[in-house]
Amino acid sequence: MPAPIRLRELIRTIRTARTQAEEREMIQKECAAIRSSFREEDNTYRCRNVAKLLYMHMLGYPAHFGQLECLKLIASQKFTDKRIGYLGAMLLLDERQDVHLLMTNCIKNDLNHSTQYVQGLALCTLGCMGSSEMCRDLAGEVEKLLKTSNSYLRKKAALCAVHVIRKVPELMEMFLPATKNLLSEKNHGVLHTSVVLLTEMCERSPDMLSHFRKNEKLVPQLVRILKNLIMSGYSPEHDVSGISDPFLQVRILRLLRILGKSDDDSSEAMNDILAQVATNTETSKNVGNAILYETVLTIMDIKSESGLRVLAINILGRFLLNNDKNIRYVALTSLLKTVQTDHNAVQRHRSTIVDCLKDLDVSIKRRAMELSFALVNGNNIRGMMKELLYFLDSCDPEFKADCASGVFLAAEKYAPSKRWHIDTIMRVLTTAGSYVRDDSVPNLIQLITNSVEMHAYTVQRLYKALLDDISQQPLVQVASWCIGEYGDLLVSGQCEEEEPIQVTEDEVLDVLEGLLVSNLSTPVTRGYSLTAIMKLSTRFSGVNRIKKVVSIYGSSIDVELQQRAVEYNALFKKYDHMRPALLERMPIMEKTATNGPTEIVQTNGETEPSVVEPKHLPPVTQPANQANDLLDLLGGNDVVPVIQTTMPTKPASAGGELLDLLGDLSLSGGPATAPASSVPTSQPSFLLDGLSSQPLFNDIAAAAIPPMTAYNKNGLKIDFTFERANPNPNVAVITIHASNSTEADMTEFVFQAAVPKTFQLQLLSPSSNVVPALNQGTVTQVIRVLNPQKLRMRIKLTYTLKGSPVQDLAEVNNFPAQSWQ
Amino acid sequence: MMRFLLLFSRQGKLRLQKWFTPMTEREKKKITRDMTTMVLSRQPRSCNFLHWKDLKIIYKRYASLYFCLAIDNQENELIALEVIQRYVELLDKYFGNVCELDIIFNFEKAYFILDEFLIGGEIQETSKQMVNRSIEASDMLQETMEEYMSKPAF
Repeated sequence: MPAPIRLRELIRTIRTARTQAEEREMIQKECAAIRSSFREEDNTYRCRNVAKLLYMHMLGYPAHFGQLECLKLIASQKFTDKRIGYLGAMLLLDERQDVHLLMTNCIKNDLNHSTQYVQGLALCTLGCMGSSEMCRDLAGEVEKLLKTSNSYLRKKAALCAVHVIRKVPELMEMFLPATKNLLSEKNHGVLHTSVVLLTEMCERSPDMLSHFRKNEKLVPQLVRILKNLIMSGYSPEHDVSGISDPFLQVRILRLLRILGKSDDDSSEAMNDILAQVATNTETSKNVGNAILYETVLTIMDIKSESGLRVLAINILGRFLLNNDKNIRYVALTSLLKTVQTDHNAVQRHRSTIVDCLKDLDVSIKRRAMELSFALVNGNNIRGMMKELLYFLDSCDPEFKADCASGVFLAAEKYAPSKRWHIDTIMRVLTTAGSYVRDDSVPNLIQLITNSVEMHAYTVQRLYKALLDDISQQPLVQVASWCIGEYGDLLVSGQCEEEEPIQVTEDEVLDVLEGLLVSNLSTPVTRGYSLTAIMKLSTRFSGVNRIKKVVSIYGSSIDVELQQRAVEYNALFKKYDHMRPALLERMPIMEKTATNGPTEIVQTNGETEPSVVEPKHLPPVTQPANQANDLLDLLGGNDVVPVIQTTMPTKPASAGGELLDLLGDLSLSGGPATAPASSVPTSQPSFLLDGLSSQPLFNDIAAAAIPPMTAYNKNGLKIDFTFERANPNPNVAVITIHASNSTEADMTEFVFQAAVPKTFQLQLLSPSSNVVPALNQGTVTQVIRVLNPQKLRMRIKLTYTLKGSPVQDLAEVNNFPAQSWQ
Repeated sequence: MMRFLLLFSRQGKLRLQKWFTPMTEREKKKITRDMTTMVLSRQPRSCNFLHWKDLKIIYKRYASLYFCLAIDNQENELIALEVIQRYVELLDKYFGNVCELDIIFNFEKAYFILDEFLIGGEIQETSKQMVNRSIEASDMLQETMEEYMSKPAF
């Protein structure tokens, strides 16, 4: 059989192939030839064939059939064979292969070979890809070679030891004795690899770390070596652009960092050398800056004195002005890490950082943006926001979402005024509206609700924005919600903050209807606008148009819209008396959680204030849980929504149907009931027992719990009497008796109660909302509390006395012990 | 430590691959594809650093070859640039004005040089002369054997 073609021949031939198919054909032909050559166990050409195989492997073709051949080459006596064999092993025989372990014996023999270059091959292969088993088997050999005086082998053994430790950390101990005088070597290769080995040991084991700190006094040794490197003259062997062995310098600085971290003595010992390196290193080339960078990282990590830290930050500041993009990038990354600890020092470089927002490089822009947000505080918010908004306008789409979220967060934390806050939000919505995260919408709505004095201004601006552009969904959603809520302010033409616009009810409805039909609107947006239109039925005078719209969408193919429309229709037809109360203005919403958006989104049910509904209520989309002012008194987190029932003016049919309409209710909710006006007791669709209140009470238990006075002020006295409900003993039933000792009637009397979250509370309808004067009668109302432990309660009372409204809040703590036992 | 080093042409053809952690063939192929796509699509005057998964990618173009080095997140990127530079200088010294063709036709030598410079993702020798001397000595060993056997090397 003719001699197999030479490697270079093959490469040349394959490169002439003009198509992928042609190349594949050549390769397959050659592979076949190689395979038969392997089968013939040809020693002479095995090396050549494996080399060719490795080339084809690099091109992406399978080469697994050469694995065993690599082993044979390694076992050969010829150096050429070994060289290619070990190369093949490193490329084809990683530890996942079955035959990997077969190398162990060969490597062991070669580690003891007479020729150092053969030993070197073995060390290199073991150090690059030895498996854990192999490492365990051969660790002893490596340790032996670590103590040799041959620096060529010593440096390789050191890195081999690093690999062994990485694979089998338990073996770290055995290398400790050999490290004793590693650092007294003159050879830079050995020095460098020794530092790497020591670094690996110190990083992995705190015991090793303290051993090296105290017993071996590593820090002074390293400081000495580093000093020599800096002070010594030109050394041609290790010079890079005028700096002596920068690789070694960087590694030493890194080890110093580990040794100095959280250790005062070590940090003290290295202060001088760090200052020296920081001030004396040439900064004209990348090399010098690499060393400075490492120095800065070390200074920031150890317990350095403040002067040194300022020096480090100033170096980073200078980096920011460097022409080299890489240096600027590295500076921004490092400043981001240090901004938490050295905030003031970094602030000094704020203007440079903000300039980096305009850089052309994408990586730099991203870092600059992150850093800018970290630097925003109460003092610089106005200036910073201007820059960041400008950035938001002009940046790539990949940044917009993050930038918008960052702007919202910063605005929330540091807004100097509500007007500024609203303006900023408007700006974000109009320029990057489609990139804003979904959870920003509920957040913004809450913010707007809470800025009561800005409602007119906000709705006006949002309306104007809608006229311009309806493509950005978050903007459209927030705008339609606001118009629904504050549409009356919009058409009334009152606005303090800016020139009020003249807009008619019809124009507003035109815009909202436009959203419903537009192709740009998503289903969610359509939902928002339909609800907004519905809300305007109580705020605008012309209801017929709204009725028409709502009835049209009752047959919409979008199920969500259809459901809403049908329910709103029902509201017009059968429950018109409830409509004003249901569509009332939303009260101020308290944030339940301190960290923002996601929390709000979870509570996907919200209700109109007067209807109980902590859970999911399909027709209404406002976010956040229901809140009354009471909630902020008890501290938002631990209060259950208030249940308050209204006093309808007309009798209506039983509450059962209302239940179905609004979806299923949870235990703590009770529905708005529809009692007959004169009947003192109501007919609640009570989920707990499904029975009406009066017959439930079991007077036997009642006698055991004494009554108490919960409130007595300004002539209004409220007493609580207790009963235990039957058959559920976990429910305490409290009846309030409100009496009025003043001369005039207290009209529009409303009693509200809130309890901590561990309880569930239900308030039934009051007997009346007029407390007659001079104790001529009482208003009674029933509260049912589930699971009463040590009960406490906040109550809110509103009533009108002699024409003026009165409101009061009180805490009730004096519940008798028996009420919860 | 360094995780891997890839050399590829402007058309995305792989010229050298050194992996310092064990990986399946599939993973290697996928990573190579990702790297070539990412690096080749970079703007000409961008900075040489990229973030990919939990690694830093340092890349630099020398003539028609891209050198792509992946390092751990806590490593120093600027010195990694110097590592690439040093490797190119070693190749240049050995081949004399190295170009892509040299690396194509003598890929095994490129590996041998790399193995005298790095082991297990760390630098083993910081002196250019030492590395070159070792390579030359090894080559001599090869030549001597082959001369003795009077057979062509490969």
